[in-house]
Amino acid sequence: MEDIGARILAGDHQVQYGQNQRTKIKALVVDDNMINQALHRTLLRNLGIENHVVGNGREAVDVHCSGRRFDLILMDLDMPVMNGIEATKKLRAMGIQSTIAGVSSRSVDENIQEFWEAGLDDYQQKPLNFPKLVSILQKVNHSV
Amino acid sequence: MAYLVQLQKQFDDYRASLFNEGFLDDQFEQLQQLQDESNPDFVVEVVSLFFQDSERLLNELATSLDQQNTDYRKVDAHVHQLKGSSSSIGAQRVQRVCIAFRNFCEEQNTEGCLKCLQQVKHEYTLVKNKLETLFKVSN
Repeated sequence: MEDIGARILAGDHQVQYGQNQRTKIKALVVDDNMINQALHRTLLRNLGIENHVVGNGREAVDVHCSGRRFDLILMDLDMPVMNGIEATKKLRAMGIQSTIAGVSSRSVDENIQEFWEAGLDDYQQKPLNFPKLVSILQKVNHSV
Repeated sequence: MAYLVQLQKQFDDYRASLFNEGFLDDQFEQLQQLQDESNPDFVVEVVSLFFQDSERLLNELATSLDQQNTDYRKVDAHVHQLKGSSSSIGAQRVQRVCIAFRNFCEEQNTEGCLKCLQQVKHEYTLVKNKLETLFKVSN
């Protein structure tokens, strides 16, 4: 498989994940912070990944209840209404098998065990950037 | 021609100083890498969002800390937001004060919180002025 990660890190902005609609990766951004939403959206868009944004865990669950499915979910932890742990648990209980990557400001040393146990496939400490997103995406490709 | 070279150097030196003095960290570089022909104003847009959001949060913080019985969970929630935003755009010094601020919230230490509020306002104003200068010069 082509090393897309290496191309991105070398500054190749022409890289696209999925050249046509059929194979285009779809991602859901779940974060209550406007600046993070803008950042995560742009990171995904620059990689040709279709994305949808919601502001908390409840909205993430609702969008799945409405029938939408995503290849990747970027899940924040601390959010109002419903946090990332609850949302991840609920999505897994619903049978959602999408790659869920926890994205939070907590370091890997701090207590994120509960978050992992809720059903994460990956975790990256904020702030998110290209190298971290590429690392997450490698999990998505392998699970397909 | 020499004049333009000199201007470019001044701009580059100014930009470098913001990193050297810790106002900005690598995350700001990451933002600049996201800017391209299809998204030419990304950095200015995200930074503007940061300014708007921060000003709102600083006002909320001042109000919350002015109450008879301070709701420290509310204060902490606002500081958490500010910490997140500043971290996402690379405003390192603002982020650092937020970390100290959250510790004082946990201790429910009013004096500590008020000091941090002053400090975070100060650091925010500094980085705002510097970023505005940077954008003006780069245009």
